[in-house]
Amino acid sequence: METLNFCFDSAPVLKGASPALCGVVGSGNLEILIKTGIEPAACRVCIKTSARGFGETWQAVLGSFAASHAAGGTVIAINDMGATPAVVTLRLAQALAEYQGGGQ
Amino acid sequence: MNAPLARQWDSLRQSRGRRLERAASLGFGREIPVDRIIDLLEAVIQPGDRVCLEGNNQKQADFLAESLADCSPERINHLSMVQSVLALPSHVDLFERGLANRLDFSFSGPQGARLAKLVQEQRIEIGAIHTYLELFGRYFMDLTPNVALIAAQAADAAGNLYLGPNTEDTPAIVEATAFKGGIVIAQVNERLDKLPRVDVPADWVDFTVLAPKPNYIEPLFTRDPAQITEVQVLMAMMAIKGIYAEYGVTRLNHGIGFDTAAIELLLPTYAADLGLKGKICTHWALNPHPTLIPAIESGFVESVHCFGSEVGMDAYISARSDVFFTGADGSMRSNRAFSQTAGLYACDMFIGSTLQMDLAGNSSTATLGRITGFGGAPNMGSDPHGRRHASPAWLKAGREAYGANAIRGRKLVVQMVETFREHMAPVFVEELDAWKLQKSMGAELPPIMIYGDDVSHIVTEEGIANLLLCRSPEEREQAIRGVAGFTPVGRARDPRAVENLRDRGIIRRAEDLGIDPRQATRDLLAARSVKDLVRWSGGLYAPPSRFRNW
Repeated sequence: METLNFCFDSAPVLKGASPALCGVVGSGNLEILIKTGIEPAACRVCIKTSARGFGETWQAVLGSFAASHAAGGTVIAINDMGATPAVVTLRLAQALAEYQGGGQ
Repeated sequence: MNAPLARQWDSLRQSRGRRLERAASLGFGREIPVDRIIDLLEAVIQPGDRVCLEGNNQKQADFLAESLADCSPERINHLSMVQSVLALPSHVDLFERGLANRLDFSFSGPQGARLAKLVQEQRIEIGAIHTYLELFGRYFMDLTPNVALIAAQAADAAGNLYLGPNTEDTPAIVEATAFKGGIVIAQVNERLDKLPRVDVPADWVDFTVLAPKPNYIEPLFTRDPAQITEVQVLMAMMAIKGIYAEYGVTRLNHGIGFDTAAIELLLPTYAADLGLKGKICTHWALNPHPTLIPAIESGFVESVHCFGSEVGMDAYISARSDVFFTGADGSMRSNRAFSQTAGLYACDMFIGSTLQMDLAGNSSTATLGRITGFGGAPNMGSDPHGRRHASPAWLKAGREAYGANAIRGRKLVVQMVETFREHMAPVFVEELDAWKLQKSMGAELPPIMIYGDDVSHIVTEEGIANLLLCRSPEEREQAIRGVAGFTPVGRARDPRAVENLRDRGIIRRAEDLGIDPRQATRDLLAARSVKDLVRWSGGLYAPPSRFRNW
């Protein structure tokens, strides 16, 4: 297991609702929990992953997410079982939509 | 003037006669008792012969392969093997036991690691790795077999053969062997008084043997919908909207993986909602994929010609004879050589997956320590310069590639990959493993499956790159980097160049196609399990037990 912590600048989230949970912890998949944080222009992410040594890739994937979405003011917890960046990107978008009220 | 040197002009026929005499002197007629097959093989095969062992990734002449491997290396040696696929342990045993030392083939999936080891130990000499049609071509040119060992469903007393739905490579092998002084030996699953139909006439076949058990058939093209991921659904949506719909692709071939299985399962749902029924995917060169059943049942598909059959699909195929090619007896007739020809000249598109792709778009499934070969992909995944007939898809692609005044069209060759494979292995790489493999094999060329200049589009979870519209190697490289996601190759992109390509429509993201990635859910799949496929088929599809979990 490896634990990684990141903090990205991101535009404030449009509307925060209740905490949102997306995905499952299973091989090649991950679980994402989004909650409200205290810094309106920051997105904090804590990852627990079974795959060691991919910190740089996580930083790139999450940095790209924080830059392309308004995710400021959130705290994101991730439990990962070797999900590929494609799955992570898709789940983050799903989780953020859920957090903002579920609408697709 | 001296008279020309006297030479014998019928040495092949005489050699054949001597082999048949040796068999007759041992008391053999046309039907060989199963316990004497090795005596027959040792009587008719000579050291140094070129032997074709039938076996593809589906049907296998497994009993004859094991029997040949059990022959004495003192009697039979220095064989030169020609075969579509090196798949069974016995295929490699031939080389390890010293019966054979040279191999020309197409594909070696399951035995790739053992094969690589034999090459490194210099116990096997590889002539070349071919695509199927190319290997069949050489059977009629410079690799004609002296002896062919084939698999059939049934023989009658005269020696006529019924091949069943898995006709596959047999007609090509038998034709090349029987008409050039060769010997044809068939293992059969059963002897019948009357065959359902005659696929190979008796006078092309010298001997038949009733195998102790039916020949092995691998359910290679069965993909369980339960394993299709949301990322694959997303890529399938992009492919359907951004390529199938745009070019109006009606005639095509799909590769074997889950990526294209997802497309098949989105035809009755997503593609139908886009109004594409009757406009795309009407005619196929394709094995009978169980995942195509919902599209067939929904009326999307007019015709499917098959390379081989697929375990469990026979009853469904018989009941859908408007769609599949079937005999008067009702069972399917497949034919790999003809279906590969259809894939080459009659299809507007090939779409499939790969393990590695470089910055020129070259792709390979060879990885270090494994020699896997190509199968049919290089044939289907290439633009045939001999094509002359036009179609809307072919013309549109040609004009994109060569300009408005193009005098030829262009086949669509699409590579569809998630940017990372399992265990975070990047698909996009600076250099293919194929180059290192070339050195370790001592081969003339790296084993590249599809050449970059044949590739028209790349689909990944990040979007579609249209390489036809690229006007320089630099643009092409950035187009590939621009869909390579977070792989090192993708992260080394020039962001401005990539945005420029996006502005010009060379790179298109999901949102550029009007697709919300969050809509990519498994709910879009017409079938989400093998049981769903059985239901769609009205109970006609009988999946093998390993795919039944209910």
